[in-house]
Amino acid sequence: MRLDVIFRATMKIMMPFILVFALYVQFHGDFGPGGGFQAGVIAAAMVILYAIIFGLDAAKRLAPPRLLEIMIPLGVLIFAGVGAINMMLGGNFLDYSVLAHDSVHGQEYGILLVEGGVLITVAGTMTAIFYLIAGRGR
Amino acid sequence: MIGFEDIVAHYNHWITVFLMVSGLYIVVARGNMVKKLIGLSIFQTSVYLLFISAGKILGGTAPIISEDYQVYSNPLPHVLILTAIVVGVATLSLGLALVVRINEAYGTIEEDEIFAEDEQ
Amino acid sequence: MIAAQLPALQIVIPLLGAVLTAMMRRGSWAWAVALAVSWTMPLIAGSLLMQVLSTGPISYALGGWNPPWGIEYRIDALNGFVLVLVSLIGAVIMPYARVSVEKEIAPKKQAWFYTMYLLCLCGLLGITITNDAFNAFVFLEVSSLSTYALIALGRDRRALLAAYQYLILGTIGATLYVIGVGLLYTMTGTLNLSDIAGRLDGVENIRPILAALAFLTVGISLKLALFPLHVWLPNAYAYAPSVATAFLAATATKVAVYLLLRYYFSVFGVTFVFETLPVSTILLTLSLAAMFGASIVAVFQDDVKRMLAYSSVAQIGYITLGIALANQTGLTGGIVHLFNHALMKGALFLVIGAVFFRIGSVKLDDLAGLGRRMPITMGAFVIAGLSIIGTPGTAGFISKWYLALGALEQGSWWLVLLLVASSFISIVYIGRVVEVTWFRPVGKMVAGAREPPTSMLIPSLILVAATIYFGFDTTMTAGVAEKAAEALLGANR
Repeated sequence: MRLDVIFRATMKIMMPFILVFALYVQFHGDFGPGGGFQAGVIAAAMVILYAIIFGLDAAKRLAPPRLLEIMIPLGVLIFAGVGAINMMLGGNFLDYSVLAHDSVHGQEYGILLVEGGVLITVAGTMTAIFYLIAGRGR
Repeated sequence: MIGFEDIVAHYNHWITVFLMVSGLYIVVARGNMVKKLIGLSIFQTSVYLLFISAGKILGGTAPIISEDYQVYSNPLPHVLILTAIVVGVATLSLGLALVVRINEAYGTIEEDEIFAEDEQ
Repeated sequence: MIAAQLPALQIVIPLLGAVLTAMMRRGSWAWAVALAVSWTMPLIAGSLLMQVLSTGPISYALGGWNPPWGIEYRIDALNGFVLVLVSLIGAVIMPYARVSVEKEIAPKKQAWFYTMYLLCLCGLLGITITNDAFNAFVFLEVSSLSTYALIALGRDRRALLAAYQYLILGTIGATLYVIGVGLLYTMTGTLNLSDIAGRLDGVENIRPILAALAFLTVGISLKLALFPLHVWLPNAYAYAPSVATAFLAATATKVAVYLLLRYYFSVFGVTFVFETLPVSTILLTLSLAAMFGASIVAVFQDDVKRMLAYSSVAQIGYITLGIALANQTGLTGGIVHLFNHALMKGALFLVIGAVFFRIGSVKLDDLAGLGRRMPITMGAFVIAGLSIIGTPGTAGFISKWYLALGALEQGSWWLVLLLVASSFISIVYIGRVVEVTWFRPVGKMVAGAREPPTSMLIPSLILVAATIYFGFDTTMTAGVAEKAAEALLGANR
């Protein structure tokens, strides 16, 4: 089983880069193709790759299922919460214009926050689906 | 009357109709529950095509404000279909999850075998 | 400030509630959150309806994007009425849910049950409140997906099969709906329902509009279980957990009926749908087929939940009959029946849920002599059953009275005869249950049974009391429904 040492070493080197790429896609979503959905899937892909190489149990130590169970609703909570904060600031639901001093910056902050919520939910959901499929029938 | 030109000019609709009907046929004609779900997916895909092709304007670019371009494709159908795709994925995964549970409960995913088992 | 945000809060609060319950592990905490949320809903819906009745329709621009560009929430007399109905039923059922869910659902899944319940509530309220064709589809899928999960939580393995079958048919219905919306969008370039209505007159090529109407009708009819498209309903209602059955039977199909009303009257217009096209004849035929076909099938059921499910299909026939009549009185009857049927079918399913809680079965043969052991519960069943039959003094009579008047207005006296005849069939199936539970000796399943806990009894009794109350005082139901019908027909296109 020592043949997979290359995989293991490569994986450990690659992991931070995958995560950084996910964040790049996340924040580049403002200017080009990208955003929470894609970034979430890339982040989840990191965990899945880790699980394939180091085994499901190791992956579950990296990203515990209970954490995922929290992440999935947490992202939605961020999304809806941002909308609710807008209501408190005097705008309509999801009206980001009131988040900053002018509406352009407000929209930008709003989208950024909401995309963060999307990232969390998508990453959590994708990983959870993988865990469930991989853990079935053992 | 529908002329030959009508048929050719609306070729995107014909593809949509073809996908729709074949998807529906799979749902109706197959007994295997996973195959039914695949049919359902094809059926949903036809709708994506219906929306997207309606939003495309020949020679149009992405809707980014620039002085070089005057003709833009309509971005709204894309956004709608992005949502519809997510809904479709959710439906498909829920359906597959149900099939897994059904397989565990009945030991088969063939509809006629399941009905036979319930009859007893 | 809060008053202006009420339309958004109506949707956001159940959504946030669903998210909170999803984070919880303990069923009782999730129940507390769900209770708080579901009791807030009628307050919001009620104040919205009051506002609409006094000052006219409310429009809310989601995200500050003005209609027709952004998504608009728009509340008028009709959907204000439906909002109140859905949120009231959701609130009444919630106290009942705790004991029933503890009994019927595995401890690990109880919190999920409340998540799905709140998501379903959110979706149903969303379909009702939104004035955007595509947004309605998204909410339709939110409510449908959570419904499939709710049904699959049933104990019997056939619940899984029922959920799967409903998923297939429900998705086909929703997809047909989107095709209809897509055709409307390509012809008018807008998704705002009022805007579509305004632009349809200018459309020269009528063929895509006809296709859109057909797709929308079939798609929504699948969701509302119009007669030949009802095959998913009996199994889904029979095997879902009791609470879910009561909630879905009372609300899900009603919201779909609302959507159909909205498209027929507000978007396409009465003239187009009912005078140019033979929609009226088709709906009338299918409604009558539902009233007789489903009722007759109900008579031969051995499982009381299934029997009531078939009865639901028949009762939906009465509602669509009101739509098919398309005159003021008939439409009022349809809308009132939408409300009344929700009350009485909700009551019946709650009662049957209580029976299941005590004796663990809803097979008719197992219920022999139950009336002696659970007199209050089965007494409630008799009263709600009388309302289904349409006995004077109950809510069911009011709606049938309006329907009959509507039929007479159209000069179809034979329709009145058929209405009475179909009521006789419902006497047979309700009568079967009454006969077994009250006039047979106490069976061995029933011997140890006693009244269910108070938290289950009171919600059932509230709904039963409501069916009697609305049989006498009709200002709340028929009064508002008349206004809604007037507004629908008054669009005058």
